[in-house]
Amino acid sequence: MIGMGLMRGLAVTMKTAIRGPVTVQYPDRRVGLLGAAREADLSFFRFLVRRPKDAVKAVAGFATVEAKIVQGTRFRGQDFNWYEERCTGCASCAKFCPLGIIKIETSPSGKLQQEGEVFNIDVFDIDIGRCMFCGICVEVCPYDALHMGSGFERGQYERKNLVITVEELKAKKKTPSTWFRPQQEAAGYNPHSGEDRPWTEAGRHEQPGDKKLTERWVDER
Amino acid sequence: MTLNSESVIVNVGPQHPSTHGVMRLRVAFDGELVTDAEMVIGYLHRGSEKLAEERTFTQVVTLTDRMDYVASMTNNQAYILAVEKLAGIEPTPRGVWLRMISAELQRIVSHLVAVGFLLQDLGAMGTPLMYTMREREDVLDLFELLCGARITNSYHRPSGVFQDAPDEFWPRLELFMANMPGRIDEYEQLISGNEIILSRMRGVGVIQPDMMINASITGPMLRAGGVDWDLRHRQPYEYYDRVQFDRPIMDESDNYSRYLVRVYEMRESLKILRQCIDQIEPGPARDADVPFVIRPPEGDAYVPIEGPKGELGFYLVSDGGISPYRCKVRPPSLINLTLLREMVIGLPMAAMIVTFGTVDINMGEVDR
Ligand code: SF4
Ligand code: SF4
Repeated sequence: MIGMGLMRGLAVTMKTAIRGPVTVQYPDRRVGLLGAAREADLSFFRFLVRRPKDAVKAVAGFATVEAKIVQGTRFRGQDFNWYEERCTGCASCAKFCPLGIIKIETSPSGKLQQEGEVFNIDVFDIDIGRCMFCGICVEVCPYDALHMGSGFERGQYERKNLVITVEELKAKKKTPSTWFRPQQEAAGYNPHSGEDRPWTEAGRHEQPGDKKLTERWVDER
Repeated sequence: MTLNSESVIVNVGPQHPSTHGVMRLRVAFDGELVTDAEMVIGYLHRGSEKLAEERTFTQVVTLTDRMDYVASMTNNQAYILAVEKLAGIEPTPRGVWLRMISAELQRIVSHLVAVGFLLQDLGAMGTPLMYTMREREDVLDLFELLCGARITNSYHRPSGVFQDAPDEFWPRLELFMANMPGRIDEYEQLISGNEIILSRMRGVGVIQPDMMINASITGPMLRAGGVDWDLRHRQPYEYYDRVQFDRPIMDESDNYSRYLVRVYEMRESLKILRQCIDQIEPGPARDADVPFVIRPPEGDAYVPIEGPKGELGFYLVSDGGISPYRCKVRPPSLINLTLLREMVIGLPMAAMIVTFGTVDINMGEVDR
């Protein structure tokens, strides 16, 4: 019968309309009265009595909480994690970046001469305004010094603010993505938990292997 | 009384949702009927083939992501297969299975996008597109678990994939596999029997199979014309000879059959995925002895694969160096588009847009 196909299609639409939404609200998620009470850690009635203003807001639909986006631990984010203790300044990352957007300048430090000298890293600029987050720089780093980040919020008004400098890299709290770092994955590390990962636990193995040498390495730098 | 009418030339695009990217169609109309159509392409040309010549073989993987950005995984796969043939690299079994799993997931995504946007072209603003995007999102989440990126995956590497799938990937994949058949039923219920869609798509945009063969058109478009040509079956690459699947063939060669072939192929992809999951074996996902910088011997290689849109192949020439001497892509989108003029002449404007939609092109791949 003509029209049956249309009706069957409409049935699907109706069925979907009563299913819950699949969209994630971002950056803020709207909560109702109950949600607002839960957020304030009060029982429903206490919330009504103690915070009537907030309750009115929640009823009107203005109460929001920060949305949590669930991401994989391998997510290749923009906030690169770099461990200065691990980096030798070999510039493999700069060389193999398909876009050539990593700029490294080193100078001899004169320390640890017998072991082959340590280099100071004066400049380590990553111009993420052009980065495509392919992660090849992370893949080629022989000392596991560079890791992808786990975040994605870095809106800026000017391109020059999109350059990650060595100071920023040093100061940053380290939440490295587990992309191409199976040892982190095996250890069950989740960068989205916000846990600061020390440099000793980020690598494939202790580098250099000798514990004593490691300590000296850190002390002398 | 007759009306004297002049033919009117209308530019459709380059910035128009119905052109699926930046493409311009110069169409001559007589009243409402198309009398001539010419496509103007090149707006999205980024010179990927030239750029590939100054990147190492592994770095070029990132460029292939951006060719057909709706099907990055299959692009990765086609390129990596060519590199492996050129350099004589033997992939690890687990790597191959993972490549097949990701490629079949990507085929589902590409067909979902094709079906959703086709319905949008028909004027069904929103609803079907949102439904297909919802499922696409599930697959993209899977990709995020696999390789940390949703669109520009760069997942495949010579000798396998860059990293084994994480543990949480497999239950999520099972969940998707359990949901998906019901969702495909939903699309069919929503779309396939709909009288408006039938009357607008059946018998419209017909193209003869021998013409398509002459124009070397491949993929779902060719199979909708009754030609049984699927490279996964004809020239099995990877482990496609170890999985069983049907090849949906239609005879009408019209817009509606082109749509149906894609819906049926999604079901076949699910079948292949199931067999891949059952057969995947433990082991390394990549050969650790294959270096990052590969130096293939002098020579050339071409490996065609059955991409979601048709035969996708990379022709690589090596001069013994670290980067391809020449990299030529055979993009199915561009070649499938060549018969557009023959398909749309005589059709009204609205039917032209739908016909264009059923070809399923991606401008990133057409222009590269
Ligand atoms: S992620 Fe890719 S593009 Fe970005 S700095 Fe690393 S290698 Fe370069
Ligand atoms: S981050 Fe890694 S690859 Fe880059 S200079 Fe430091 S050690 Fe070398």
